[in-house]
Order: sequence, then C-alpha cells, then structure tokens
Amino acid sequence: MIEPRLKIATCSLAGCFGCHMSLLDLDERLFDLAERVELDRSPLTDIKELGECDVGLIEGGVCNAENVHVLMEFRARCKILVAIGACALNGGVPAMRNQYDLKECLEESYVRGMGLVNAQIPSDPEIPLLLNKVHPIHEVVKIDYSLPGCPPSADTIWTFINELLSGQAIVLSYRQIHYD
Amino acid sequence: MVESSMLTETIRDIVQHHSGMPTRLLQILRDVQDRLTWLSPETLERVAEELSISPNKVRSVAEFYSFLYTTPRGRYDILFSDNITDRMLGNRELLHYLCGRLKVSIGETRSDGLVTIGTTSCTGMCDQGPAALVNGYTLTRLNPSRLDGIANLIESRIPLAEWPRELFEVYSNLRRADILLGRHFADGSALRAVLKRGPEAIMEEMVKSGLRGQGGAGFGSAAKWISCRNAPGNVKYVVCNADEGEPGTFKDRVLMQDFADLVFEGMTLCGRVIGAQHGFVYLRGEYRYMLNPLKATLQRRREAGLLGEAILGDISFNFDIEIHLGAGAYVCGEESALIESLEGKHGVPRIRPPFPTTHGYLNKPTVVNNVETFAAAAKIAVEGGDWFASRGTAQSKGTKLLSVSGDCERPGIYEYPFGITVNRVLEDCGAHDAQGIQMAGPAGHMISAKQFDRRICFEDLATGGSFMVFDQKRDILDGVRNFAHFFVHESCGFCTPCRVGTSLMRDLMDKVHTGHGTRYDLEEMRKLGRIMQAGCHCGLGQTAPNPVLDSLDQFPEAYERRLRSTAYEPAFDLNAALEEARQLTGRSDPGAYLNEEDLLVGAMP
Ligand SMILES: Cc1cc2nc3c(=O)[nH]c(=O)nc-3n(C[C@H](O)[C@H](O)[C@H](O)COP(=O)(O)O)c2cc1C
Ligand code: SF4
Ligand code: SF4
Ligand code: FES
Repeated sequence: MIEPRLKIATCSLAGCFGCHMSLLDLDERLFDLAERVELDRSPLTDIKELGECDVGLIEGGVCNAENVHVLMEFRARCKILVAIGACALNGGVPAMRNQYDLKECLEESYVRGMGLVNAQIPSDPEIPLLLNKVHPIHEVVKIDYSLPGCPPSADTIWTFINELLSGQAIVLSYRQIHYD
Repeated sequence: MVESSMLTETIRDIVQHHSGMPTRLLQILRDVQDRLTWLSPETLERVAEELSISPNKVRSVAEFYSFLYTTPRGRYDILFSDNITDRMLGNRELLHYLCGRLKVSIGETRSDGLVTIGTTSCTGMCDQGPAALVNGYTLTRLNPSRLDGIANLIESRIPLAEWPRELFEVYSNLRRADILLGRHFADGSALRAVLKRGPEAIMEEMVKSGLRGQGGAGFGSAAKWISCRNAPGNVKYVVCNADEGEPGTFKDRVLMQDFADLVFEGMTLCGRVIGAQHGFVYLRGEYRYMLNPLKATLQRRREAGLLGEAILGDISFNFDIEIHLGAGAYVCGEESALIESLEGKHGVPRIRPPFPTTHGYLNKPTVVNNVETFAAAAKIAVEGGDWFASRGTAQSKGTKLLSVSGDCERPGIYEYPFGITVNRVLEDCGAHDAQGIQMAGPAGHMISAKQFDRRICFEDLATGGSFMVFDQKRDILDGVRNFAHFFVHESCGFCTPCRVGTSLMRDLMDKVHTGHGTRYDLEEMRKLGRIMQAGCHCGLGQTAPNPVLDSLDQFPEAYERRLRSTAYEPAFDLNAALEEARQLTGRSDPGAYLNEEDLLVGAMP
C-alpha cells in the first residue's frame, strides 16, 4: 500500500537562507525524504504558488509587508506551521536594526552610504515596504512548533520531520536544541 | 584643566569622608551625584582611581540603580511615584500638568538643564499620594495648586532647602494600635533585660514568642538568631531591612519615623544575643528624608549610653549602627541582594544556600530582619515571649502592621492580631464597596470579594503588610497591568526567565488590556507564568506573574469582556507598523498598507 505523500512547503522571510542550507545538509537523507514527502512552494522547487499543505517550514522573521502576506498565506494553507531558526523565533540578526529608527537605518544605507550617486531613500511600489521593527513570526500568526538554532542542524531538522511524519510526540535530544 | 582638578578634589573629599572604603561605593556615588547632579564617565573614572578599584565595577554599580544617573539630569529632578494607588489618585494628570507648566516632556531634561521630570516605582506614600521625589526628597499629597507652587519655585531657582516645609510633610496616619504600637516602651529597657537575664534567657523568650519574620516570608526569628549565634566566627553583623520596596507597603516608614528607638533597640539586642558589634540599616533611597533625623537619633542613643562602646556601662557590650541608603532598586529588599548592595556592589541576589546566617555581609554570619521584626523583638525582651504569643493564631503569633491604601475612607497603618479577617479590615478602614484586594503587594495575591472572610495569617493569607483596595468602579486590569510594568522595571536582569519573562508578560498584558488579545494569549500568559514561577533565580521573578495568574482566576470577566472572538491576533498593529516607512518614502499605493480586511481572509489556522 502506498501512503499518500505529505506536502511540505518552505520559505525564507527575513533570514539569510542559512536554515535552508541546513535543510540541504540532510545530504543523502534527502532521497529518503523525497520518497515520503512532496515539496510544494519552496526556494528549492521554485514553485511560486502555494497549494494546500500539511506542513510549512518558515525561516526568518518578519521585516516587511510582503513577509506579512507570505506568512499569512502559509498560515492559511498549512495545517502545521513551524518556525525554524533564531530569526523566525526571535527576529535574530535582522532584528538588530530594532535599536535604531527606520529612518536612521535607511539613511545609513541610502543617504550616507559610500559612493552613492543621487542618494535618496528608494520609493518604488515594486519594493516591499519595511515595517518599523523586525518581528518574530509568532507575533504575526500562530505557530505550532519552534526549532531553535542558527541554524538548527540538519540532524535536528531530520529528527523533527521524521517524528512529525510518524505522528509521534516529538522528542529532541538536549544537544539537538541546546547550544551551551 | 582647572575644572578637572576641581572634580578630582570634590571626589577625593567625598571618598575620604567615607574612609576610602570600596564597600561604601554606593554611598560615595550618591554623595558625588548630590554635588554634580549626574555621574559622567569622567566622574566614574575618578571615583575608581580614588578607590583603586576597576572602572568597570564603578560603572556597573552606577548603571544598576535607578536613582544614579549616567546621563545629565536637571538641577531639579522630579520623579512621580507611579504605583497603582498613585494612579487612582490621579497622578498621571498631575504629571502631565507639571510637564506642561514647566514645558518639558516626560523623561527628558529641559534644554536649559533646569529640570527633569520622570516616574518611579511606589515611594511608600500610598496613604497620602499622589507622591513624588524632588532630588530624592519626598513630596506628598500633590494637587494642581501645590504643583503651581512647585513650578514657581523651580522657575525662580529657589534652593530646595528654602522650599516651604509643608510640601515635604509626611503624616503617620496611625489608625489602629495593638501591643506593638500601643504600649509605651522605655528606651533601654530591652538592653537592660538582656544584661540582667543574659542572651540565653532572651533567646528562650524569643522561642516562646513564636515571632516570625515580618518582611513577608515568615521565617522563625528565633531560629535565625540562634543559627547566626552558633555560626563559627567572631565577627558578625546585624542588618535591618528597611528597603520596603513592595508597592503599597509603608509600615516600615512609620516605624522608622515614629518608633526608631524601638527598632534600633531591637537591633542592638540582636547584636548582644548573636555576638555582633556592628549593625546596618538598609534604608530605601525613597526614605532619604529620614536619613538625618535617624542619624540624630543614633547620636542621641550614643550619648545616652544605649549605643556605641560600653553600652549601659558594660565594657563587654559594644554595638554601633550605620545607615546605608539605597538607590531605587526593589530587588535590593531581597536579603542577599541587599547584602551585595551593602558591600558596594550592584544588587543581584546570591545563590542560596549558604544563607546569610552563616555567610552574609563580607561572608560573615549575619542576621537580616525586617524593621517590624526588630521592633517586636525589643518588646518581647521586655514583656516576655508568652505575652506576645497570647495574641494571634497557632502558627502566627503576635500582631501585624498593615499598610492600607487605595479605595477607602481612612488609609494608613493598622495593627491587628494575626488571624483578623479581611472583612474586618475593610470595615475599619471604611472600604464599603471593595471588589478586590491586592494582598502583600504585587508579589502577593489578589483576592476577590468571595474571599473577604479569609484570615490574615501565615496559615491563610500571608502578608508583609501591603493592603491595596480596589472598589467596584476600578478596572482590575489597570492594576494588573501597572504591576506587570513594575516587574519589568525592577527585574535585575541576571536570569533569563525573569529578564525576558517579565517583558513578555508585560507585552501580553498590554495587548489584552488594549482589547487586542484572544483566548490564545491568556493561555500563553498562564504558560509563561508557570515557567517564571519554576525557573526564576529569586523571589522577584518567581512572584512576578502572581497578579496575572490570580486575576485570571479571580476576575475572569475582566479579561473576557476585552477579548477578541478570533483564535489569534498579531502582537502589534500591522498597518501602523508601516507608517514610518510610508512617511519616509511618500508611498500611498495599495502595497503600502496592510489592511485587516485583506489580511485576515483565510489567515486562521
Ligand atoms: C524581591 C524581594 C524583595 C524583598 N523586599 C523586602 C523588603 O523590602 N523588606 C523586607 O523586610 N523584606 C524583603 N524581602 C524579604 C527578605 O529577603 C528577607 O526575607 C527579610 O528581610 C527577612 O526578614 P524577616 O525574617 O524579619 O522578615 C524581599 C524579598 C524579595 C524576594
Ligand atoms: S537563524 Fe541563522 S541561519 Fe537561519 S536565517 Fe537566521 S541567521 Fe540565517
Ligand atoms: S528572578 Fe529577576 S530579580 Fe531575581 S535574580 Fe532573576 S532577574 Fe534578578
Ligand atoms: S546568557 Fe544568554 S541565555 Fe543565558
């Protein structure tokens, strides 16, 4: 009997793709995974339209209007939503800008930056508008699971997905989610 | 150059006045700030040089305490007490009124450097608020006309010493006295008793009395004294905890103001019993107005042979007391943080055990007791343990001073035998319409009218003395939110469950209070509360979630009526979070907005 394959989608919001690299670090285990799940929208598939999914893995925090839209769409289409990595959990590195005003940040890059010609703060409907602060994703939608780490190791992600797929309670060893 | 050598000289004088002792660092920084209005990086470096300690240590102390300023402040520095009882009395309106009069915004120093106006935690004037501090000195019963006067005094740059005395008048409001406050105490009688009968006999009386710590935790006082007496070592200390930082408590203030002799006598008695020659009073910074009067009382006691060398003529009885002034840190009421602060450090609680009775001040055996505990001990030495134990209940002997404030006709100090019901207190203070009481302060428990027949004693409702009444017209959550903010401000930041937990709790509380919360948020608050109770290093963090957890149980309707019906709500206003960027870019296209209607479609899990 062939079980229906579970559908997983992933995305990177305000993150560095390090968490997705960690996913790729599953190496040969990716073949096992591919037999058991079907990847929907993800930077790895280049599918742009999100379908109805079982699990959504989110890397990165929320820094702009587009992030909000994408995250809400994931929440609406995925039964289970997982925050992966420090940026998704806490805002992480991008949230370091939170100690400055948005104005200061933009001026630092676009007005006072070196070698600028016609320096100005960009204003273009094509560019997602920035939120005044970077937020962890659980402040925008309900999150079901959180995997800490920067990034969480491939091992951690592997254990997590396996146990989630098998329907049992998720147990991670101390070493997999603590970094002390 | 001239200025910098003057700075050196000023600091050298102050340091020498404190005998160059690094343990007096906090006192030194207070004195330096008194002269210079704030502690500049250069100032801190000079202090470090003069004391031959690391500049980092000096900086860490300067940055820890709320009343030490590492940024410039005005010549007149005003801090409005911002406890919920001040708020009930309209302090926010007064704060804005004074800011308007003096043309300065909250938390800022006016450009001419004349004045700064901010807020601070409860200053212990809950029965005569709204209160404030000006350069550390207490102002009471503020109202618009008093503030007009104050604004004029400031604009005309009248020195504080020349301000009308009545602005600083602090009433005792003693409403009910029992055995502690009601009976006359002859100065020296407890010391005569211990000289006549010997420390062992006094210890026995203490055991018989059943006296328990009046600071709140209720540890047996005799056991504490005996443990310290038996601890090895010749050098021991007595410390009186007059930090009284629990919002809504002011009974130690009244004891120090009107019964200082009784308290000092209790400390001196303790010194004789445990074999200590040195005592400290850790007086909260907010009670600075009492510093000089208390010093005068100490001097009078020395002259009367009740303090200092050869007390009552006995050359083996030497004991003296020093007053150490705090600087605005609630956590310094915790006994081990208090000891750290006494040693001149920032006040972070120690890991216990070992307890102060064996490893206290400078790691020597130390008894730390509350003001009221020492007062009771002095009485017990004179009147006997049985006399004391004849009042109260089986597990809670004697009496308790309650600081009653909030919605009642007669706020003030009430002394009752332990075991009194809440209803009786409400009746006596004239609170006819109470819907809830915050017992023992924010760290204690909130009870609703259903529980007003409960008894005040360690077997039932334990308390350090704070009793804040909320009547029917109050919104209970105003109080809970105020307390959540209080704990964020007072967390010492040492451990993560408290440092982060108090902030998360505040954010959730703000969200719910402003009508953006859902049932999911209430569940998060409960979870977070349990983590804090289990994971925090000291009592501050462990009790910080109490107001939230109690009110969720006792006043569910206060939450229910402001909840959203949705399963989840974002923690912040998404569209408003784009406003800054809209302004900077001038954009107004559809992509520049996050409207709730567009977003919530299908956004639910
Ligand atoms: C955060 C915190 C603040 C405290 N503040 C005070 C205080 O202001 N006054 C006080 O007497 N005890 C305070 N305590 C209790 C002291 O740690 C200690 O138990 C008490 O001073 C012992 O004296 P007692 O046995 O006479 O009550 C506080 C405890 C904690 C955890
Ligand atoms: S958690 Fe670390 S690896 Fe993952 S997106 Fe953030 S910065 Fe990159
Ligand atoms: S619980 Fe709070 S106050 Fe106590 S040590 Fe931890 S951070 Fe400091
Ligand atoms: S030091 Fe960062 S969590 Fe402990």
